[in-house]
Amino acid sequence: MLADVLRSSPAGLDEALALVDGIDTALVHGLTRLDDDRAAALESVAAAFTGTPLADRVTDSIGKIVAGTVTDEHLVVLAGARVALLGAAHDALLGGVDTALGRSREPWSAPVAGRAGLTGAGSRSWLRELAIAGWRGVDHELAAGAAQAIQALLDVPAARRLAVLLDGFAAELRTAAPVATRSWIPVRRWADLWTRALILAQDDYPVPGTEPVDGRLLILGVDLHEHPTVFRAQAHGLLETAAGVRLVRTSVAAAKVDTISGPSAWRMLTAFQVFRSAVAEHRSVEVTGMLLTPAGDLIWDESRAVVSEPADPFTTARVLLGTATAPSALPLDRHPSVIAEPVLLEGYTAGEESLDLGGVTVAVDMERVPEAGPLTPALVAASTACLGLLRWDGGWSVQPLAVQATVKRKAVAVHTGDWALGPTEAKAAKAEAAAGTAVDVLRERAGRLLRK
Amino acid sequence: MTSDGVADERRGGVRVIAPVRPRKLAKVPFVELSEGRLQGVVSSGSDVSRVYVSSITAGDHGLSCNTNNNRPCGGLSGSHACNHIRALVDAAVAQYGLERVARYLKAEGGDDLWAALHPTTAPSRAAEVFSSFLRHLSYLEVPPTTDPLPELHWFPAAGVVR
Repeated sequence: MLADVLRSSPAGLDEALALVDGIDTALVHGLTRLDDDRAAALESVAAAFTGTPLADRVTDSIGKIVAGTVTDEHLVVLAGARVALLGAAHDALLGGVDTALGRSREPWSAPVAGRAGLTGAGSRSWLRELAIAGWRGVDHELAAGAAQAIQALLDVPAARRLAVLLDGFAAELRTAAPVATRSWIPVRRWADLWTRALILAQDDYPVPGTEPVDGRLLILGVDLHEHPTVFRAQAHGLLETAAGVRLVRTSVAAAKVDTISGPSAWRMLTAFQVFRSAVAEHRSVEVTGMLLTPAGDLIWDESRAVVSEPADPFTTARVLLGTATAPSALPLDRHPSVIAEPVLLEGYTAGEESLDLGGVTVAVDMERVPEAGPLTPALVAASTACLGLLRWDGGWSVQPLAVQATVKRKAVAVHTGDWALGPTEAKAAKAEAAAGTAVDVLRERAGRLLRK
Repeated sequence: MTSDGVADERRGGVRVIAPVRPRKLAKVPFVELSEGRLQGVVSSGSDVSRVYVSSITAGDHGLSCNTNNNRPCGGLSGSHACNHIRALVDAAVAQYGLERVARYLKAEGGDDLWAALHPTTAPSRAAEVFSSFLRHLSYLEVPPTTDPLPELHWFPAAGVVR
């Protein structure tokens, strides 16, 4: 039963997170300012790796860091230890969900196909300075120190992932600087972002291969992501192929600026008309030769996608979700925060902040319900069925992607992606039209000033 | 900052930057709180290809205002702010809210930001600010991507509930 999983905590989870806390606390104060407690916490991380393939390297690197030698080589091992701890937490949490849902998951077996081959030296040097200074030591100058490295990465398609991450991370540090005067520090979050960036900035970061697939994509729902310079729509769906039904994701993202937000951010995705139509109109998509990674990411390609018949996501979930095979995350990507498991919940008692599933109450993560769509807390509270993503961030929650509800005695279904082609409600459409001029103004300014 | 508490320190998905509020961009296309300054670009009322590059330093409240060709603004005299700087501050308050702007500038003290500002003159930062603006605009030219970008799970879109 899902309720049992949501209520319980996997064995060893708290201990693993306590070790992660030790690394994270060291990063708050800076690795060259380790007092006895913080040094002891790092040494217990090293001790936890005894008997694992990483034991020697972790012990050596943490020993060197505690002794005051903070080099790139030692930092990447520290980051690797943190990835391993949170990867194990991810596996334990997701394993419980799979058992409860009866979800079968393809074990990871894909060989590494290539290397990213980017030049991450500039990024690594900034990340080293951050680790040495600690979050408390981040001032305006250090916060802005990655600007050149990010600009260089943005020009390289293969480095986009690192560029997008560093840009979002740096924007937070710039906003928070000088960090020493802040009332609280996002300790876990910044350590997560720092670790991911440092691992991605390795020149030989492994990249998995892809295989072309043919089939019918049935979209379950859309998750929207954003930071000041990116907007991304990620669809979760089921891919029906000759080999069976697979749970997949597919993603379209555009660069933007902070003043473009809310429903008008969809305007930045005009290059993806097939994607937007399929999402807004709830239609299935015929894909031909589209590339699929072993992690279940369908690399969206407009030229290999054709919008097809209407397909209600709730029907898709009721009929097919239970039979679909889920993918495994890339080994280095495993982390509780990337768990976003599509689920269909029904027969609950709804509130604005939680759903009572009978025996357990699961929190509704309304912070993850986007302004760029029509879903609201009131609709969730009035709902009888919810298509959502099960997430874990210190505890389980459900992020609604769509609800079926009764509003003024009429049955309605509302999805986060309903406004992919523009708001369908008059008041929101008017606000979007006004906000949308921001894009036009900036394009005009760019046209006049950029190439002079 | 939108959150508080020990629990948030242990949450990976905690929101650190409040999403900016929508505002009209025609007069002030660009505002940022960066490198210890409130800085931005103000469109000229008379010449479409001219902009003013204005800034106020955090702490010292040093003012500077120049055209994009680095000519000094005629309206700025000593510690008396020109209309461009006033427009810049208004836009920043509209975009970030008074509290965040006042905290960044270290000009906290009630509802009137100008009453808490004690302006001085500052050296021109026009070159840095203008290049920051051009970098800002250049994002509109970065091609879209279909890369899976797993790290964006840490960056949910601006929520309907804030």
